[in-house]
Amino acid sequence: MAEHSDPNAPWKTPAGMATTAITALLFLFFLRYLPTVAAGEPVRWVIPWIPSLDVNLSFWIDGLSLMFALLITGIGAMVMLYAARYLAGHPQYNRFALYLFSFMLSMLGLVLADNVIALFVFWELTTFTSYLLIGFSHTDPKSRRNALQALLLTAAGGLALLAGFIMIGVTQGTFELSEINAAGSLEGQPFYMLILILVLLGAFTKSAQVPFHFWLPNAMAAPTPVSAYLHSATMVKGGVYLLARMHPSLSGSDAWIWALSVFGAVTAVFASFMALRQTDLKQTLAYTTLMALGTLTMFLAGSTGYAITAAMTFLLVHSLYKAGLFLMIGVVDHATGTREAGVLGGLSKTMPITGAAAAAAALAMAGIPPFLGFIAKEVAYAGALEMRLWLFIVPMALIAFALMFAVAGIVAYKPFYGPQGDLPREPHEGPWPMLLGPVTLGVLGLLFGLLPGIGAYYLIEPAVDAVLGRPDTGGRVKLWAGFNLPLLLSLITFAVGFLLYQKHLQLRERLARIEARAPDLDAGWDVFLERFMAFSKVQTRVIQTGVLRQYMFATFAVFAVTVLFTFLARDLGALSVSFTGLSLMEWGVALLIAAGAVLVVLTSSRIVALVALGVVGIGVALIFIMYSAPDVAITQLLVELLVVVLLAFAFLKMPMLDTKGAQTHSFANGVLAVVVGSVTTLVILFVVDTPFDRRLTDFFEAASWTEAFGRNIVNVILVDFRTLDTFGEIAVVMIAALGAFALLKGFAKARAAKEDRK
Amino acid sequence: MNSIIFTAAARILVALLFVFSLFMLLRGHHLPGGGFIGGLIGAVSFIVYSLARGPAEARQALRMSPEAIAAIGLGIALLSGMVSFFMGDPLFTGQWYWVGGDSYETAAFSINSVLIFDVGVYLVVLGGILSLTYAFEEET
Repeated sequence: MAEHSDPNAPWKTPAGMATTAITALLFLFFLRYLPTVAAGEPVRWVIPWIPSLDVNLSFWIDGLSLMFALLITGIGAMVMLYAARYLAGHPQYNRFALYLFSFMLSMLGLVLADNVIALFVFWELTTFTSYLLIGFSHTDPKSRRNALQALLLTAAGGLALLAGFIMIGVTQGTFELSEINAAGSLEGQPFYMLILILVLLGAFTKSAQVPFHFWLPNAMAAPTPVSAYLHSATMVKGGVYLLARMHPSLSGSDAWIWALSVFGAVTAVFASFMALRQTDLKQTLAYTTLMALGTLTMFLAGSTGYAITAAMTFLLVHSLYKAGLFLMIGVVDHATGTREAGVLGGLSKTMPITGAAAAAAALAMAGIPPFLGFIAKEVAYAGALEMRLWLFIVPMALIAFALMFAVAGIVAYKPFYGPQGDLPREPHEGPWPMLLGPVTLGVLGLLFGLLPGIGAYYLIEPAVDAVLGRPDTGGRVKLWAGFNLPLLLSLITFAVGFLLYQKHLQLRERLARIEARAPDLDAGWDVFLERFMAFSKVQTRVIQTGVLRQYMFATFAVFAVTVLFTFLARDLGALSVSFTGLSLMEWGVALLIAAGAVLVVLTSSRIVALVALGVVGIGVALIFIMYSAPDVAITQLLVELLVVVLLAFAFLKMPMLDTKGAQTHSFANGVLAVVVGSVTTLVILFVVDTPFDRRLTDFFEAASWTEAFGRNIVNVILVDFRTLDTFGEIAVVMIAALGAFALLKGFAKARAAKEDRK
Repeated sequence: MNSIIFTAAARILVALLFVFSLFMLLRGHHLPGGGFIGGLIGAVSFIVYSLARGPAEARQALRMSPEAIAAIGLGIALLSGMVSFFMGDPLFTGQWYWVGGDSYETAAFSINSVLIFDVGVYLVVLGGILSLTYAFEEET
């Protein structure tokens, strides 16, 4: 594999060690909050950001966000250490460390943010950093394509989410999640349905629910540490986190229950069949992640203590074993040079530590006691039985869990304890930085299972309370819950799972045949993208013709039509126009301007037209002077002067006026010119006719000296009262100049290149 | 342009116009003028120079590329606005320091962020316009 490193390369690089250390410190920092939060006291930090829009950089640590924060920083530190060794000597390792670290911070922001707008920003940041990570092997077109696919899908969902957030904020009068959730359910609000659809679109794309699932297996083009971190433990859980976070305000309605149950269950079952069908172990794990996301979504449909406890327990155990398994696959790939299920076998003799870690993770995944996975499965069945659609959910959960059992065997049992395979390379045990993660995670899965009370008290139950929005009774997470229906369902799961594992080769063939006939959504995506681009091309050709005359025609026509429409739609009353009292000089200037304008139209010489246009401008400047606006008049005169100079330079390059060509356009242009002129005149007449509101003028006249120490009001407004506007304007001047400069220099360069070729 | 009269007159005109542009910039706070007008006049002075001597020499007289001048101006304007930010006021609030007194009436003169901002405007307009005209001129 190209992504692999030189085993002898130094791996303790500053970038790798620094990111690992900071992430580990963050983990310890959040660990300190465990007792406070477990005691039911959430922590909140607020930094005002845009207070006038009620947008704050506020953070909220409760059970749910703390559990996520610990997973993100804890697994993050292990993955960063792992990546340092895994990619040691890679020429772009530093870049990778930066991406991974940025992703970690974005994800942390996402789960801690209390303000929905801040949450959205972090949400999109995780999308972007994930794009960079998936496309890390950027020389590979497939990797680029998959990165783009993930970016487009999740970013589109993010935009839907933003719309939903804004509607929530407007409905509830606050953008703070803690206040929105405290205000209770949004059900019954006029926009509830729309909000729900938008939020679900965001969550489902991020968490890869069917039918948006196809980007996640493709995202496995990323290096293995990325898959372990983003695409199993953290980022894809962003959508699930959102559903859990919004649970108090959005859950409970029929739409919520049906949408989450159906999409979640279909995703879970579909993904577990697909997992069985894959032969590349990384792909298998990708689909089991999809299964986990579906299961989590399905349980979040419920609102009972058991359903939510199931979701939170499963979330914890899945993050532990899935990250461990992904890291383990990376070790195996590193050591043997293959990830094919058919080839790998008998590795436990040469890789005993990896084998043990894999076994621990797989036992948790299969749900065997005394691992936490077993408890998760028990609680899940208890939760499923309590759900409203239990008749649908229990069988779906059973199928998914049984398949998980079989897949656990394929992923961890067969490569290590199965018959010896024919390997491309002589296997060897992985180096310790790459083993630390899988071993720790495996041990944690076992410890949480043996001592369920600790995990439940500090992690799961506070999270459940946060999701429910009320204190739950707790005490549901137990290793031994007695002989009951969930236990029976567990036993059935084991039996079915074992059978499926025995028959998995035949089953895989049959699944492959079904898959060959089923519609391929991933290929459909390519078709969609292609059509979409073709459409944009056509649209661009129609709108962006590249002919300046047409652009100007369109601009003026739109202006005239919209203003005319306003005139017709609103009754503006009668207009009183009087020409009496105009001095001779004013008449003279008006005639001068009119004469200039007529000459511009009639002349056939560019230079004459230019000079005539200058006459119009100077006439306008004269009007400014007559009405005592010297600043404006000076500016107008100078600008007229510069325009004449600039156009004169341009005209030297242009062909003679093509009077014949102009003829064909002249009628339409003439009509448009007359309409625009009349409309503008009408607008000005109406404006002048309305009584002048002196409030602003009075304010500036009074304040300009006392507050800004200036006597020239125009200048004081420009540089003091409205400095930000002026700053924007000079930025525009700068950008326009740079744009023109680049264009002209570009032409010069192109011409030089052309002459060179001759 | 090959006109001895124009070339000879340009020498004096350029200097006068440029000094006049600075004059307009500095008086702007109380009398007609300011950074925008000053920048335009300054640009005109260098355009006159380039018409008399050609764009290559005009560029040399400017010492710096007009794009750089505009960028520096934009930076100065932004920094002058950020002073207030660090003083605890909202962005772009005018800051005044009186020298030799404690108010406008008693102070000999003042150092203020408003004038610095106007200098930024002057430089952006000067640089922006010159960037355009020189590029056009060299094109022909």
